[in-house]
Amino acid sequence: MKYVRLDVDGQTVEVPEGASVAAAVATLDRCTRRSVLGGWRAPVCGMGMCFECRVCVDGVTHMRSCLKLAREGMQVITGG
Amino acid sequence: MSHSYDLIVIGAGIVGAACAEAASAEGMRVAIVESGPIGGGATAAAMGHLVAMDDDPAELALARYSIDCWEQYASLPEAEFSRCGTVWVARDERELAGVPARIERLAKAGVHAQMLDAAALYEAEPSLRTGLAGGMRVPAEAVVYPPRMARHLIRLAAERGASLHAGRRAMQLGDCSVTLDDGANLHGPLLVAAGCATPALLPQLTVRPRKGHLAITDRYPGVLRHQVLELGYADSAHGDAASSVAFNVQPRPTGQILIGSSREFDVTDGEVSMPMLRRMLERAFDFMPVLRELTALRVWTGFRPATPDGRPYLGALDETRNLWVAAGHEGLGVTTALGSARLLMDLMLRRAPAIDPAPYSPVRVVP
Repeated sequence: MKYVRLDVDGQTVEVPEGASVAAAVATLDRCTRRSVLGGWRAPVCGMGMCFECRVCVDGVTHMRSCLKLAREGMQVITGG
Repeated sequence: MSHSYDLIVIGAGIVGAACAEAASAEGMRVAIVESGPIGGGATAAAMGHLVAMDDDPAELALARYSIDCWEQYASLPEAEFSRCGTVWVARDERELAGVPARIERLAKAGVHAQMLDAAALYEAEPSLRTGLAGGMRVPAEAVVYPPRMARHLIRLAAERGASLHAGRRAMQLGDCSVTLDDGANLHGPLLVAAGCATPALLPQLTVRPRKGHLAITDRYPGVLRHQVLELGYADSAHGDAASSVAFNVQPRPTGQILIGSSREFDVTDGEVSMPMLRRMLERAFDFMPVLRELTALRVWTGFRPATPDGRPYLGALDETRNLWVAAGHEGLGVTTALGSARLLMDLMLRRAPAIDPAPYSPVRVVP
């Protein structure tokens, strides 16, 4: 099995090739995004409909992490 | 059951709601007739920007008076009052040269505005494209959320005994009476605050629907700090071109950005027009290139009620003093709603009005 390593909020995460960015974030104890009042949000549907999995990937905000393949060297920022 | 009132307000948009609240505060027994959701017309489509524009002295006087009234709601949760301030942008030296005169006109009306040179403009709004000459900042101006405010004003009126005839349409005006679509008759002096639907009840008044588009983005906090408009916005608003666009963007408290503006006459279809939307967005991207990179969540349209001279109709329609109107505010309905209501109350109760009512007389000769 091949693995890819990516950076999530400054932490290196290793996931199998083919895993989504949402899966990479889920290995850590953190949310994908926050509500207007600061509450934690995490993926609900896992298929691109709920938009709760949005994170910033390589500087681009509002990316749905459940639809994004984790790639080597990706920079992911959560909690936006 | 006798439906007899001191005032029957037809229309519960922001203007009708403000009038109903003001009338109930004066101790009048008020009825409100609204066929759709409260604040569901132009009020719901609006930007909610409380703005003093200095081009028309009568408009400026009414706006200033009304903005002062809005201050009492600065801490009211239902107003969602956000004092982001306004920045007007001058593209070139010629536009910038006109700013000092504007500042002086605003100052005479009691509105504090500051000149911005190019450096100050970019400090105020770093996301603007390079090469702009400067502009003008009005720091105390704010935005509100109009439909929620309309509901609040109706609720205040209801708490004072006003009766809301929700889902009912006024079909026919009589002498001190109105017949509703369910056959009910309400009796009392009438105040028509029906926006674009006003001519259906008062055919002698010219109110033309002026279609506008707005787009709202996903959340991008920090991109925009003030409501930002191009100085040429007034040309679009006060002109009578068949269609025009003007740069006008607003930071929502959520970090979303509201992008406008467009104006079209002689279109009654409320569907989003892709050519108009493209024109509007390209104008916005021209002033603020970063907007092109953002995600838009939703686009909608609304119809501003426009009069031939750009001023609303506020006052009595005849000597009986039983038929009143408060309508035709074009793009300043939210800004001037509270001042319009106070002016109407002064006229109804024969008090000296705070501002000269003559420019808004419904029986004025309109060029």
